[in-house]
Amino acid sequence: MNDLIGMILIGAGVTFDVLGCLGLVRLPDVYNRLQAATKCVTLGTCLILVGVAVAGWGNSGLVIKSLLCAVFILLTSPVGAHALARGAYRSGVSLHASSVVDDYGSSAALTHHRVPSRSSL
Amino acid sequence: MTAVPAVLLFPLVLAAFLCLYRIGRGPSAPDRAVGIDILGTLIVAFTALLGLYTGQSWYLTIALAWGLLSFIGAIALAKYLEGRAYDE
Repeated sequence: MNDLIGMILIGAGVTFDVLGCLGLVRLPDVYNRLQAATKCVTLGTCLILVGVAVAGWGNSGLVIKSLLCAVFILLTSPVGAHALARGAYRSGVSLHASSVVDDYGSSAALTHHRVPSRSSL
Repeated sequence: MTAVPAVLLFPLVLAAFLCLYRIGRGPSAPDRAVGIDILGTLIVAFTALLGLYTGQSWYLTIALAWGLLSFIGAIALAKYLEGRAYDE
């Protein structure tokens, strides 16, 4: 029974991972790619780690370490993605032409910092 | 210990190749940074599956360390892209 539930979780996680990486390849600009890939791959990896914990029930080292790793990934991956998106915006990568709203660029958040021009890339 | 179908590892390899495509092709530096970040998370998942496949729990230790280093690397790359010093 543990094996079955674990396999279902791992299968769902692998599906999410592959679809997220497909988004990383197919979407038009950095911000779209970042959001698709980060959300899908974070959820997929956490499902895989929980599935490993369920399927490996009885091997205490495996269970504890994989649950710890799942919590860690769930905490750090969004933070890293947020920092990367901010760095991409500050380094002057423009949005795709079909984007309709740019709240970050029009807010006062950028007035305290130097914004490099597009030509400095 | 458990019968993990090794066939579950192949889609992860495919996803890693998609990431490598974005790292190699990506038109700007942030594209490559995103690809590296995602590839790190994929390697954590792959290592955890290897740990289940072999029943050895030290693979999960590698996964933990890899996740930590991937996070620190993502933060450092973001700082670098922003053009600021690391202690700022």
